[in-house]
Amino acid sequence: MADAAISAAEPKKRRSARRNVYLTTGSSLLALFVVLAVFGGAVAPYDPNAQDLMAILDPPSASHWFGADQVGRDILSRIIVGTRATLSIALTSVAVAGVIGVALGVVSGYFGGFIDRAITVVMDLLLTVPNMVLAIAVVSVVGASAAGLTVAITVSFVPPLARLVRGRVMELRDEDFISAARTLGIRQPRILVRHVLPNAVSVIVIELSLLAGQAVLVASALGFLGLGVQPPDPEWGSMLGTAREYLTTAPHLVIAPGLAITLLVFAFNMLGDGLRDRFDPNTSP
Amino acid sequence: MTTPVLSVTDLTTSFLLEGTWRPVVRNVSFDIMPKETVAVVGESGSGKSMTALSIMRLLPSANSRISGQITLAGRDLLALSEPQMQAVRGNDVAMIFQEPMTSLNPAMTIGTQIAEALMWHKPLQRAEAEAETLRLLERVRIPAAKARFGEYPHRFSGGMRQRVMIAMALACRPSLLIADEPTTALDVTIQAQILALIKELQDEEDMSVLFITHDMGVVAEIADRTVVMLKGEAVETGPTERIFRVPEHPYTRALLAAVPQLGSMTGHARPMRFPVVDPATGGSDTPEETSDTVSPLGSPVLEVAHLTTRFDIRSGMMSRLTGRVHAVENVSFSVQPGETLALVGESGCGKSTIGRSIVRLVEADSGSVLVDGEDILRQKGRALHAMRQRVQMIFQDPFASLNPRMRVGDAIAEPLLQNGLADAAGARARAADLLERVGLPPEMSRRYPHEFSGGQRQRICIARALALQPNVIIADESVSALDASIKAQVINLMLDLQESLKLAYLFISHDMAVVERVSHRVAVMFLGEIVEIGPREAIFGNPQHPYTRKLLAAVPVPDPARQGRRRALNNDEIASPVRTLNYVPPLRQYRNVSPGHLVSMAGDGA
Repeated sequence: MADAAISAAEPKKRRSARRNVYLTTGSSLLALFVVLAVFGGAVAPYDPNAQDLMAILDPPSASHWFGADQVGRDILSRIIVGTRATLSIALTSVAVAGVIGVALGVVSGYFGGFIDRAITVVMDLLLTVPNMVLAIAVVSVVGASAAGLTVAITVSFVPPLARLVRGRVMELRDEDFISAARTLGIRQPRILVRHVLPNAVSVIVIELSLLAGQAVLVASALGFLGLGVQPPDPEWGSMLGTAREYLTTAPHLVIAPGLAITLLVFAFNMLGDGLRDRFDPNTSP
Repeated sequence: MTTPVLSVTDLTTSFLLEGTWRPVVRNVSFDIMPKETVAVVGESGSGKSMTALSIMRLLPSANSRISGQITLAGRDLLALSEPQMQAVRGNDVAMIFQEPMTSLNPAMTIGTQIAEALMWHKPLQRAEAEAETLRLLERVRIPAAKARFGEYPHRFSGGMRQRVMIAMALACRPSLLIADEPTTALDVTIQAQILALIKELQDEEDMSVLFITHDMGVVAEIADRTVVMLKGEAVETGPTERIFRVPEHPYTRALLAAVPQLGSMTGHARPMRFPVVDPATGGSDTPEETSDTVSPLGSPVLEVAHLTTRFDIRSGMMSRLTGRVHAVENVSFSVQPGETLALVGESGCGKSTIGRSIVRLVEADSGSVLVDGEDILRQKGRALHAMRQRVQMIFQDPFASLNPRMRVGDAIAEPLLQNGLADAAGARARAADLLERVGLPPEMSRRYPHEFSGGQRQRICIARALALQPNVIIADESVSALDASIKAQVINLMLDLQESLKLAYLFISHDMAVVERVSHRVAVMFLGEIVEIGPREAIFGNPQHPYTRKLLAAVPVPDPARQGRRRALNNDEIASPVRTLNYVPPLRQYRNVSPGHLVSMAGDGA
C-alpha cells in the first residue's frame, strides 16, 4: 500500500505545482477586478458619463486608451466603473445561491426519503428550463435592473448546486466517521455542520467559483439584451449591445467590454481549477 | 547444479521524491529455481510489491530508477528495450494481483477477454483461441466453464475472478508466475482453494512462483524458500522451514511472534496476549493469560434475542420489491460483563449487520437487543442517545472512521461535550487522559488523523469509543486491516482495557486465529444464522458443525512442516443470503453438545 502511494503521489505532486499557477493567476486577476470595483470612480481617468462631443467614436489614443463611444464617453472609464455592477451581480447571486443550494442539497442528501424526492423533483423541473430563458422570465416579472438580474441568476444556479451537494453528502452519509458520530450520540444538526459540511466544502467552493464565471456571462448577456442595468449607468453587457450598431464603423467599441468580460470569466475559471487542485484529497490531505 | 529461472542480484529501486532519489528497495538478491516457490514477505511499506514491479519493469520510468541485475533464463531484463520487455511479460513471466476485479475489463465477457489476450500473444484464429480459453477455464477448475464463458466479470465472485486471472496468466505457459497478494482480498475458504490451485497448477505446468504476501501462514503453506523484507531490505533469506524453526533476524522473530497460531491456545481457558518482541534483540517476553474478567453469574450486559435484519432488493422500472437479503436471521446470544464473544464467519454472513443492528445504524426487522435489561431497539430520542453511550463501536478502517477535518483531541472530546458529560476544559483533560491510556502521547491531540499511522489511528478510535465509558464495545473487524505486529499490539491493548475496565467485547472477525486468541466464547455464523456457539475451547477443540470444521481447516497454518498435508481441491463458492419474497426461513433446532455449546441441527452431519 505505502509502496503504491509513493509511486502515485509523485506525478500528482508535480501537477499540483503547475496548477498552483492557476490559483495565483486567478486570484490576482480577481483581486485586480475587486480593487477596480471598490475604487472605480477614483481610479477612472474620466467621469464615465461625461460626454465629449469632440471625441465621438474616437479610436484608442493616448488620452482615451480604449477610445470613446458614440456620445464621446471614455470607454476605459466606463469599463472601470462598470466592474462594480457585474462583479456585485456575480458575487451576490453566487453567495445567495450558495446558501440556498447547499442547504437544500445537504438536507436532501442526508435525510433522503420523501424530503429528498420532493426537493429533487423541483430542482429537476428548474433544470429543464435553460438558464437564459429562466433569467428572462424572472427579469420580466421583477423588472429589468441589477436586482432583477441577481434574482434571475440566483434562481438558475440553485439547482445545479443543490444537486452537486446532494451527491457529495450522500457519499459522506455512508462513511464510517458519520456512523461513528451517530453511535457516539452526536446530535443530527451538529453532525451536519461539523462532520458533513467541512468535508463537502471543497466541492462547494470549487463549484461556486466556476458558477461565478458563468454568472458574469449570463449577466453580460442579459445586459446585452437590455434586460439588466439601465443606461446611462455603465455595464459591460449593455456596452457591447450598443457597440453592436457601430461594429462596421467603430470596431474598437466592442474590444474593451469583450476583453473585460473574458478576463473576469477567465479569472473565476482559473480560480476554480486552482482550488480544485488545492482541495484534491489525493494531493494534500 | 541447475540454473535458476530468475536471478535477482543487488536490486535497488529508487523513486524521485521532491528532487531526491529515495530508495524503496535496497540491495535485494535472491534466486528462484525451476518449479520452486519463493515467498517475499513483509509488512506494508517493506518494498515487497516494489520488488515484483521492478522485476516486471512496470514502474513509471520518469520517476523511478532500477539498478542491479535481474536475469531471467540467461537474459538480463534490465538491458532489454521496452518492446522486448513487453514480449517477456505474459510469455515468460506472468503476474496476478490482489484485486482481480480491477484487472478485468467490466464491459467484455470473460471468454472474449481471455481469447483476445491469447490472440495477442499467439498466432491463433478466433475459434482456436476460444477453444483454448475454454480449456484454460477448465484448468483453473471454474465450474460449468462452458456456461460461464459468455458472462461478464461482475457475475463472478472474488475467488472465481482470481481463477480467471490465473487462467489468463497461464495462457502462454510462463516459466515464472508472480503473485502479488493474490488471496488477501478473499475469504479463508476461498483463499485455501486458490492456494491449492496455484500449487497444483505449478506441479502440472513446471512453473516457478514468486509469491508476495504479508501473511506468515500463507508463506508456511506455499513457499519452499522465503525472503523476509523490512524497509526495502531483505533481512533474511532461506528455506521456509529453517526460517520458521530458527529465525535469525530479530525482525523475523518479531514477525513470527505476532502470528497467531491456530491450536496454540489449547489448554488455556482465557484470552492470551501476544508476546512483545524487543525489535533490537528479537527476544520476547512470555505472554500471559489475562486475568479472569468474566462475571458468569449476574445478568448479561448485552442480550440479543431473535434478531432479524433483512434488506429489500428492488429492481425493474417501478422498483418493485423482487427479493430480500436475509442478512441476519433469528439470531440470539448474550454477553456477560468482561466477556469477549467472537462472531466469526465469511463475507456476507451477516456478522457486521448484527453489530450495526445493535447500535441502530441499520434498523432490525424484529427481535430485541437488551442492554442492561432495556431494549435498545425500542428506544427513541433522548433515551436512545443515553443507551447508545453504553454500547460503542470500533470500525474496520480507522482512517475512514475519523473525520479528516477534525483534530483527534476534538474528536475524542466531542462525545463528552455533546452528551453533557463534561465542560470544555474537562473534556480536553479527559481526551488527553484517554490518549495516554491507549498508548499515545497526549500532545498528539492537536494533530489531524492523516498525521498518524494505521495502528495509531485505531488506538485513537478506541480512545474515542472509551470516552463514553461504555460497558460493551463492538469491534467490527477492528484489527483486520492492520499489519501483523501492529495487530498484536492493538489486541494487547484491547485485552489490557478489558482487564482494567471490565469491558465486554463483541469481536466481529473473519480471522479464526485471532479469534482463538482473544475470545472467551465464539459464535460461528453462516448465511445470517448462528450455526454453532459455545466456549472457545469447545468450538476450536471439538467443532461439531460441518461449516465450523470447514472454516477451521481453511486457516493457513504457520508451520511449514505441515505443508505436505495437501488439501483436496474444492470449488464451492460462498452461498448467497438473497431469497425470494415468499421465502419462509426454517425454524432452527439446536443440539446441546456440552454446557453452553450449541449446534444448529440444520446441515449438521451428526
